[in-house]
Amino acid sequence: MTVLTVSMAETGTASVTRRARVLRRLRRNPLAVASFVVLALAGVIALLSPWLAPYSVDQTDFARTFAPPGTAGHLLGTDDLGRDVLSRIMLGARASLQVGLLAVATSLVIGVPLGLAAGYFRAWDAVISRFTDLLLAFPFLIMAVGLAAIRGASLGNAAVAIGIAQIPGVIRVVRSDTLRLKSLDFVAAAVVDGASDLWVLARHVLPNATSVILVQATVAIPAAILGEAVLSFLGLGIQPPAPSLGTMLATAQQFAARAPWAAVLPGVVIMGLALAFNVFGDALRDALDPKGDRR
Amino acid sequence: MTTASAPVLEIRDLSVSFPTETGTVSAVDGVSLDLAPGEIVGMVGESGCGKSVTAMSIAGLLPGSARVTGSVRLDGTQLVGARESALRRVRGREIAYIFQEPMTSLNPVLTVGRQIGEVLQVHERMSRRAARARAVELLTLVGIPSAAQRVDSYPHQLSGGMRQRVMIAMAVACGPKVLVADEPTTALDVTVQAGILQVLRDLRDQLGTSVLIITHDLGVIADIADRVVVMYAGRVVERAPVDDLFAHPRHRYTAGLLSASPQPGRHAGTDRLTEIPGLVPVLASQPDACTFADRCPAADQRCRTAAPPLEGIGGTDHVAACWHPCATAPTPPTAAQEANR
Amino acid sequence: MARYLFTRAWQSALTLLLSTIVVFVGVRALPGDPALALAGEDRSPEALAAIRQHYGLDQPLPVQFAQYVERMAQGDFGVSIRTGTPVSSMLTTALPVTVELSVLAILIAAALGVGAGVLAAVRRGRPAEWFANGLALIGLSVPHFWLGLLAILYLSVATGLFPASGFVPILEDPVDNLHHIILPAVILGTGLAAIIMRQTRSAMLDSLSSDYVRTAKAKGLRPRAVITRHALRNSLIVVVTVVGLQLGGLISGAVVTEQIFGLPGFGKMTIDAVFQRDYPVIQAVVLLTAAAYIVINLLVDLLYSVIDPRIRVTGEPA
Repeated sequence: MTVLTVSMAETGTASVTRRARVLRRLRRNPLAVASFVVLALAGVIALLSPWLAPYSVDQTDFARTFAPPGTAGHLLGTDDLGRDVLSRIMLGARASLQVGLLAVATSLVIGVPLGLAAGYFRAWDAVISRFTDLLLAFPFLIMAVGLAAIRGASLGNAAVAIGIAQIPGVIRVVRSDTLRLKSLDFVAAAVVDGASDLWVLARHVLPNATSVILVQATVAIPAAILGEAVLSFLGLGIQPPAPSLGTMLATAQQFAARAPWAAVLPGVVIMGLALAFNVFGDALRDALDPKGDRR
Repeated sequence: MTTASAPVLEIRDLSVSFPTETGTVSAVDGVSLDLAPGEIVGMVGESGCGKSVTAMSIAGLLPGSARVTGSVRLDGTQLVGARESALRRVRGREIAYIFQEPMTSLNPVLTVGRQIGEVLQVHERMSRRAARARAVELLTLVGIPSAAQRVDSYPHQLSGGMRQRVMIAMAVACGPKVLVADEPTTALDVTVQAGILQVLRDLRDQLGTSVLIITHDLGVIADIADRVVVMYAGRVVERAPVDDLFAHPRHRYTAGLLSASPQPGRHAGTDRLTEIPGLVPVLASQPDACTFADRCPAADQRCRTAAPPLEGIGGTDHVAACWHPCATAPTPPTAAQEANR
Repeated sequence: MARYLFTRAWQSALTLLLSTIVVFVGVRALPGDPALALAGEDRSPEALAAIRQHYGLDQPLPVQFAQYVERMAQGDFGVSIRTGTPVSSMLTTALPVTVELSVLAILIAAALGVGAGVLAAVRRGRPAEWFANGLALIGLSVPHFWLGLLAILYLSVATGLFPASGFVPILEDPVDNLHHIILPAVILGTGLAAIIMRQTRSAMLDSLSSDYVRTAKAKGLRPRAVITRHALRNSLIVVVTVVGLQLGGLISGAVVTEQIFGLPGFGKMTIDAVFQRDYPVIQAVVLLTAAAYIVINLLVDLLYSVIDPRIRVTGEPA
């Protein structure tokens, strides 16, 4: 790509062709396609799980506890209370995705404006950077611990804790891209034209920063999913009897020897979701790289 | 060849091609040139004409995907297709390189003394201390003041010109026969350039090193080169002693290059430099035609159907690959060029 | 360099101060009467009054804060509601465990991560790279507590290779200590190893295609020298940065790992405290974690300046 076309892309006039190029690269990448399919499938299943699941999550069957996978009517077996593992996994995955998306959305809503401000206004930068340092000083688990202590454990609090923990990452990424974009000529041109700061940020900087934000999101979602799993596992997140992959693993710990599938399968699903997001995120980052295929 | 002694570097029919996403690219096609001991040969051409690829291929420094054919002989030893271990012994010791960007070409986390000493430790098995002492000597040789203190500096503590001198010191540490300088002055200020070129000249005089200097700057060529090789789209299009080239360019491209650069006397009275219209082509394979034909004011059907051989008239000093070389006097601009003004 | 360190130092101090304030406010933000929260079992009016007096809960907030900081400086973190023992003594038994676990995890992660990252970069395009990349992706995506569970299931319970839980202090029996802590350390280090591997690979790819590596090759250096002395040296800067940034994740991971493997460390102490509403402990834990993170990052910056001479001399990174 010549210098000329790169600049055009940055100003948005060539954004259609750029988007087309990115999509084309993604389509050609088998890993990207595969992971996207997995994610789409997971999304659909998660969305429809209350109707798709063969059993309700707390439907117990004491006659058939610890049924191994493949037993009639229970594709993935049952747990210690005879609850269907498949149904619980489906709804647990739904909850994981909910928390993951909620947490990342929170971090973006708060982080993107702060990142833009920090990158664009020197005065704000000092303050926001100190704020970011402060947030970073509290690891997400400790923050969750603190929140749980103050407000009790719940899905909402888990999402908030994870979201807050991800804000520094978003700020840093957006700030760095804003700094880069700020020095480009088209921003100077807009300023010279008399555009207000807000206008420049909203119409010039932000649209061009979407690629880094997108990449950050695809990296943050699996982290959020894993975070939710950890919190639920420790009892700081989704509380039973609400289904969660983390709580499933926590209870499965006790009878792991008797029913290993209950301890293994939820973990596989968590890993699968996270892996799909990570693989897609990698592919997306490569596709967005203006330097082209570095294979 | 005008020199009596055997050439120290003999390149014959060198061709390099690369596989890329969009197909094969032929970067160098049938390049031949000789470098005599103590000679400074300048290789000139636009960006993308294959000069750097040629230079890097001499010591086998191209990426593994490059396909190199032809012959490169250093004092008789064939380098093309030689084993990597043999090439490593040649690099830094018999053939040395200096590159365009001295800031990025030096390792930022090692002192310049260590980087110079490295070459000595590897090729001459010097101890750390002896290498350091020799590094100080070398720094003095290339004209860096307070060499004893500077030897422990890091690259970012030195100015651009000094960094390039460090690169030169590093290159000549083991007394190589050939120094390949790839655009050594392009990234430097004009005032610093002269100093660097002087260093190269001094090294040639004192150590007898042959220099192959690659540049797109005709001023540098005029300053330092004994002979010139003009490259276009991977081929050598003209080869001549420097004065001869500037006075009587024969290939149309060379004439175009000279017209395009400002020279007092030549352009007195006119307000525009004559450009050569068009861009250097990137070729998948080298056709049997003159690749400059599309941009040449004197091209005809013959030029597009047969590649002109490299030949001269009256003696082999000055050769050009052109079916319609310029007459011995410089030609006045054609109507087309007049229209472009 | 002095100026760079000075800036970092006062920034860290500021962050530390803010963290202290946050924790302080957080505890006081508890619903209800803080005295009740701090009281534990004995809720008699006399006990509550004593607590109020001890913690100065009737005093204006700034005074309380000053007292709080003063006590903290003297190492008095209060008394655990649950056990009745001073928090500081709980810390002295718990911290070494967590520190050992974390340090071991970092070392393992660094060794594995850098090694795999260099391998992947050098063997670009060949099967080894794909393999290493795949492993790293899995390491990034796997829930570590699950990995720990599986490890216990299949490596401890099933085969008896490693103990499933418990801890032996290093001074008592170094070998047994290692035996108990090696599995948790590996599990804890997995995620960090994956991140280090990816960053190293990326940094190495950049280094290997850089001009100074081209120069090194042109000097006739052997591949090993080019990779280690030139490319890797420059990539380490990135690795150190990454480790500093990931410390928060490491601490979180340590909490979970200790829980699963039954290690009597800082993390387990924390979890127990949360469920028991043991506020003095929670307060101390949160504050100490923040302090540790800030201090360690400052040290990382120091380390940075040692590795990268550009920072050392001019105070500015490249």
